[in-house]
Amino acid sequence: MDMSRIGNGRPTIDKPLLFAGGFILVILLVGTVYTLATQGTATLLSPTYLVLQLKVAAFLGLVASGMMLVVLLGHIDLSVPWTMAASAMLATAVGGAAAIPVGLAVGLLIGIVNGIGVAYLRVPSMIFTLGVNVVLRGLMVMLTGGFSPSSQPTDLMLLLAKGEVLGIPGPVIIWALLGVSVAFLLNRTRLGRYIYATGNREAAVYLSGIDTRLVLVATFALCSLFASISGMLLAGYSSKAFQAMGDPYLLPAIAAVVIGGTSILGGSGRYLGTVVGTLLIVLLQSVLSVMQMPEAGRQIIYGVVIIAMLLAYGRGARLRL
Amino acid sequence: MNDLRIRLSQNIGPMLALALFLVIYVTYSVMHPRGFSVDLYVQNSNEVTSLVLLAMAQTLPVLLGGIDLSVGSLMTLVNALASELVDGSPAEIILGMVACALVGAAGGLLNGLIVVYGRLQPIVVTLATGAIFSGIALFIRPTPGGRVDGDLNWVATNAIAELPATYGWWDSGEEPVWFGLVSGIPMPVVIVLAVVVLVWLPFRNSETGRAVYAVGSNEAGAYMSGVEVDRAKLAAYTLGGFFAGLSGLYFAIQTGSGNADPIQAGTYTLNSIAAVVIGGTSMMGGSGGVIGSIFGVMVLRSITFLFRVVDADSAVGFLANPLLQPMFEGLILLFAVSLGAARVMRMKNQLQIFR
Repeated sequence: MDMSRIGNGRPTIDKPLLFAGGFILVILLVGTVYTLATQGTATLLSPTYLVLQLKVAAFLGLVASGMMLVVLLGHIDLSVPWTMAASAMLATAVGGAAAIPVGLAVGLLIGIVNGIGVAYLRVPSMIFTLGVNVVLRGLMVMLTGGFSPSSQPTDLMLLLAKGEVLGIPGPVIIWALLGVSVAFLLNRTRLGRYIYATGNREAAVYLSGIDTRLVLVATFALCSLFASISGMLLAGYSSKAFQAMGDPYLLPAIAAVVIGGTSILGGSGRYLGTVVGTLLIVLLQSVLSVMQMPEAGRQIIYGVVIIAMLLAYGRGARLRL
Repeated sequence: MNDLRIRLSQNIGPMLALALFLVIYVTYSVMHPRGFSVDLYVQNSNEVTSLVLLAMAQTLPVLLGGIDLSVGSLMTLVNALASELVDGSPAEIILGMVACALVGAAGGLLNGLIVVYGRLQPIVVTLATGAIFSGIALFIRPTPGGRVDGDLNWVATNAIAELPATYGWWDSGEEPVWFGLVSGIPMPVVIVLAVVVLVWLPFRNSETGRAVYAVGSNEAGAYMSGVEVDRAKLAAYTLGGFFAGLSGLYFAIQTGSGNADPIQAGTYTLNSIAAVVIGGTSMMGGSGGVIGSIFGVMVLRSITFLFRVVDADSAVGFLANPLLQPMFEGLILLFAVSLGAARVMRMKNQLQIFR
């Protein structure tokens, strides 16, 4: 059974995929017309360019995957930016073979703290994760201010982020593997069904004998784990772990999830939508910079596109009683 | 008597915030090397005012049960605009200030229109409009700069005594006796009080204001009771935008320039949310108010003030480390919101927890 259809009662005929996919083609078309007119080449359609975009998209795609799980619950995780930075910075600070396990452990710990705050203390996730983000920032500032730890990624991190297999970059392979795992988790496992069900009506799930608090903690842990993987890959990719490295990923990740058709209220959405949403945002940013759009124009177009896509298919039901 | 008890229980959040603020601020004043003075008071008031106005802006969408992630960007947009408009002849300055407030209100109205007629969730709408506002701000002011009238800056950031002195109101004779009594009050305090008394309280007590609370408590119930749900939402977002506009305007007057920095916009948005929560407004909507948020900002900021005067060599010297200030802000926010967990522990019906 397709769990994504349960959300609002009516079948969603993949309108998000249709619109977002169509818009990706429009972006590529407009960009290609521009490059043909100015340089006489169709740079945007070359495999090199497209593979590079996939590589750039992998970091956002991983963050958005985790974010999507939390959004499906009807929650949100605003601690993602400094989860990325903290994992990467602590991993590089430890170094050696322990680097990646340490980074993953940091992510897991942050996710469990978030989950406990939301599930057991019942603090609104937006507030709790916001506070955790600020505390993490403070801790990292203290770490770098007091000890000046190493920010050099280990060889393994460099290999995963910069290596290639048959021309496919490492981050893309990792994104593909983990993406398939998330799709499997959501559609074929009990936890996946609990996530959709909890997002629809937590009280009903609780009455059905499922401890929804554990579902919340597990999901927040997964989200932070994805953020920490992305953070460590990003450190490898840019050959350095640095403060605020995760800041540019929070809002695009939320945007990718909702553009992909996942309801911000939770309970419905498909993983493929998040992938398409990620690609849309990365291509939009890239093509606008190819077209030498100034930052001001890029911000405005970015905002207008999000609203336009959502107006096309993300509207809520009318209040009718 | 019973009425008083109900009123007390309804306003427990703001009163706790006020009490906390008083304790921290008195400690700060005592610890301050030069002690409490009017100058110190004026300086501290200047530092909180932009965030106070912004937290007021954030309160309205939160009262509806929504959130506004664009307030910081809207403030930045108006800040950039003010650095272009608020200068020149007195008439130009006044028109410029009016234009700034109106642009703020228009930004809020845009959010409201998309939320109400687009039927989208406020969090994603304001996420997107925030990007748009930031873009327009960068368009108006690509690099920091601009100019705001110097006299206005002087008046708005000093004690009220400077107001007649700067504009030469009482050149012909002595200043009135009553003025001597109030002349030590900082201008920012006067501005915030004026906004609360002239704008917020009338709104709160109007039909539309009560409708905002009704919609925030239970939208379907409010609709069934004949409340104009759409109008209440539009009014709340517009008033929020107006407050954000005032915040940007004050920030421009205070700094004497404009700066379209998206990072600063984000920080202000997050702090405004924290202040609203500390001030006792429920994130679920329907309870709380602007006055609590003002106290919320004062708590947040006075902690920063307090840590500034901690002796760096004492046992708690690490508190004075400027690098650690963000962490303390986060811990205070987490602590404040986790206090709400006491309510969860006391709930008799377990099911009420899982709404």
